[in-house]
Amino acid sequence: MYNAKYIIPGILFFLALIFVPVGYNMGKSFDVKPELPKDQKDCIEDVQVMRDKHMQILNDWRNSAVRDGERIYVNSKGKKYVKSLTNTCLGCHKDKAKFCDRCHDTVGVNPYCFDCHNITPNQKSPIPPAQTGEEGGH
Amino acid sequence: MLEKALKGSPRYWGTLIGLGLLMLLGMGFWLYQLVHGLVITGMSRDVSWGFYIAQFTYLVGVAASAVMLVLPYYFHHYKQFAKMIILGEFLAIAAVSMCMGFIVVDLGQPQRMLNVMINATPHSMLFWDMCVLMGYLFLNILVGWTSLQAFKNDMAPPHWCKVLAIVSVIWAFSIHTVTAFLIAGLPGRHYFLTAVMAARFLASAFCAGPAILLLLTLLVRKLTGFDPGDKALKRLAVIITYAMCVNVFLYLCELFTAFYSNMPGHIAPIRFLFSGLDGHYELVPFMWTAVVLGLGCLVILIPTSIREKTPALVLGLIMLVISTWIDKGLALMIGGFTPNPFETVTSYLPTVPELMVSVMIFALGGIILTVLWKIAIEVRVEVEGGNLSMVPPPAESE
Amino acid sequence: MKSNRREFLKLAAVSAMGVGAARLGFLGDAPAFAGPLPTAADFEKGFKAKHWGMAVFSAKFTPELIEKCRTACHTEHNVPDIPGKKQIKWFWGASYHEAFPTEQGQFLSEDVEHREFPLLCNHCEQPMCVRVCPTQATFQRPDGIVMMDFHRCIGCRYCMAGCPFGARSFNFQDPRPFIHNFNPHYPTRMRGVVEKCDFCAERLAIGKLPVCVEAAGGALVFGDLGDENSDIRKVLREHFAIRRKPDAGTSPSVYYIL
Repeated sequence: MYNAKYIIPGILFFLALIFVPVGYNMGKSFDVKPELPKDQKDCIEDVQVMRDKHMQILNDWRNSAVRDGERIYVNSKGKKYVKSLTNTCLGCHKDKAKFCDRCHDTVGVNPYCFDCHNITPNQKSPIPPAQTGEEGGH
Repeated sequence: MLEKALKGSPRYWGTLIGLGLLMLLGMGFWLYQLVHGLVITGMSRDVSWGFYIAQFTYLVGVAASAVMLVLPYYFHHYKQFAKMIILGEFLAIAAVSMCMGFIVVDLGQPQRMLNVMINATPHSMLFWDMCVLMGYLFLNILVGWTSLQAFKNDMAPPHWCKVLAIVSVIWAFSIHTVTAFLIAGLPGRHYFLTAVMAARFLASAFCAGPAILLLLTLLVRKLTGFDPGDKALKRLAVIITYAMCVNVFLYLCELFTAFYSNMPGHIAPIRFLFSGLDGHYELVPFMWTAVVLGLGCLVILIPTSIREKTPALVLGLIMLVISTWIDKGLALMIGGFTPNPFETVTSYLPTVPELMVSVMIFALGGIILTVLWKIAIEVRVEVEGGNLSMVPPPAESE
Repeated sequence: MKSNRREFLKLAAVSAMGVGAARLGFLGDAPAFAGPLPTAADFEKGFKAKHWGMAVFSAKFTPELIEKCRTACHTEHNVPDIPGKKQIKWFWGASYHEAFPTEQGQFLSEDVEHREFPLLCNHCEQPMCVRVCPTQATFQRPDGIVMMDFHRCIGCRYCMAGCPFGARSFNFQDPRPFIHNFNPHYPTRMRGVVEKCDFCAERLAIGKLPVCVEAAGGALVFGDLGDENSDIRKVLREHFAIRRKPDAGTSPSVYYIL
């Protein structure tokens, strides 16, 4: 092999680098306990479906509600829900930090849904809140 | 051949490091833009495209430089251009890369860029522009690299390479046409809404692109001794002169149509550009500079006796480049968005961060160009035994 | 004075909400603006039409009424108040010369000359913004509403170049710090997307008229242009109406009765 003295340490260094996150998280517990709403028993679908597919469901919702104007979701039990992240999902799961974020933070995903969508239908002000005064706008 | 880019004189590395530093500086401003959004630019609700898109339209023109060499070479067997073709093709690669860069920095949500492909929309000209630009980039990389490789190995380029070169000539027309169609089909934008827009794009591309190529080639000849041959340079200068005449003619056609028809919408942007409107005179000095330089460069370039003197040629070409840049890289966009849909004037001038982000892209283009031209010229040195200023073999056909 | 009017509107909104306001009071931390959450049953009685359109009784509009409609719209949709050239407008007022520049008005009657015209997206029958959008983020619904899918917008602003009416605004920056009257039931936008009036598609879906139409108290007539017997067609039969920049070929669905 040509230049083995450079290539082999290079490959080893590369492998070490990509396995750093694995080592870092080795032995750590991933037991996430999102806080469920106390006054509700059933979500729109079963727990397992929601765990596996909530992102696909939300994706379908946004396309069908915005683009096709179909705003009612009928679940597998025939119950009807409004397709709305803030008003339906977060109307029940009142605390985003104790529900959504707990999982998302642990697995290191950062969906930007909440750059636009409000975190509860009772929210008082946008996040970040409006500046006082009229400055800005460049 | 890539290894040729890894060894070079201090001047070569100096150039690259200098451009790299400029790019890093501009990148700082780009990060600033990514954090704060396009609010850092001078663009507004009414002038919603500005310096970035204007540079994109100008650089589409620069990408055409190759055509004016490849077309005579392949279609008319004008062999004098043999040595320069590769420079034109590599300049096109750099220019198209910069075009794409300017589109990316202009997007509000660049991370969603691929939506253009995921939701391919054939009724949008932007979709087609993406297709033709990517195609042109691909063609030039493939043709340029393969023919240089063939030259290095002292072989004739493969047949498919010639076919693709011919395709690239026709393709080049499409990048101007589609980019012109991007703006030429918009109702209510009087300055854009003209059937000669595509023709103007071609004319200004075919003068400005080769002019930049010729200037850079003269610079390289001075710095490295690489000589594409006097005949080729002279012929290219003639092509540039013709194209500039057509370019000026087409602009005069616009003026005639607007002022003879006396249609208010068509007159307003031209009046804004040349004499100011509603108390806004931002572009007036630029436009008259463009007029003086544009006509001035014709005075230098048209008479053969003046054109063939290198210092005069260089001066004429620089004047031409500045003039066409003001026309297409500044006035076309701003004039197109002025007056706004309410027939009032919202002023626009690029901000410093906007210019610095543009510097980043120009520096990136400069790096691509330097590296590619270095490879091309080194390959020549290797094959022709270091005698860079060797006279092309006789036996010509035109 | 402006803020006084706003306060008054807040009060008016709260008192108008009745039952809804009482329910929200029970929840404790609701702002004054938001009504009850729409339910699936509400969405079943949404309005349908062949082609939505609007008629504007421009003589009934005073700058105050335009401001009232604008505030109602901008509050409902969380439109930020950004001063200057980068402002965001869904509903706004303009002079005759700005609204109808291609008419080249001369020797106008005094009341038209000094009138302020309410402007909004024209929801054109042949929308240029839809034609140019490279991602179909702007699209036309079968009922004629020219709709924005903010999730898909890449912020290329081609639609702004295409629109002959200046109806579109771009979020040059994060709009949230500029939202003063916040409605938690409607999303905000993020930086880098284009936005505009959507004829209150979300309200039509639950059987409510657009919020500007409600606020205008009869000065705006909204209805189905595809139905000969609709209110709007009746109004247009009885009054002479013009459209903005008909020569742009987009065929606006908003009609102005002078």
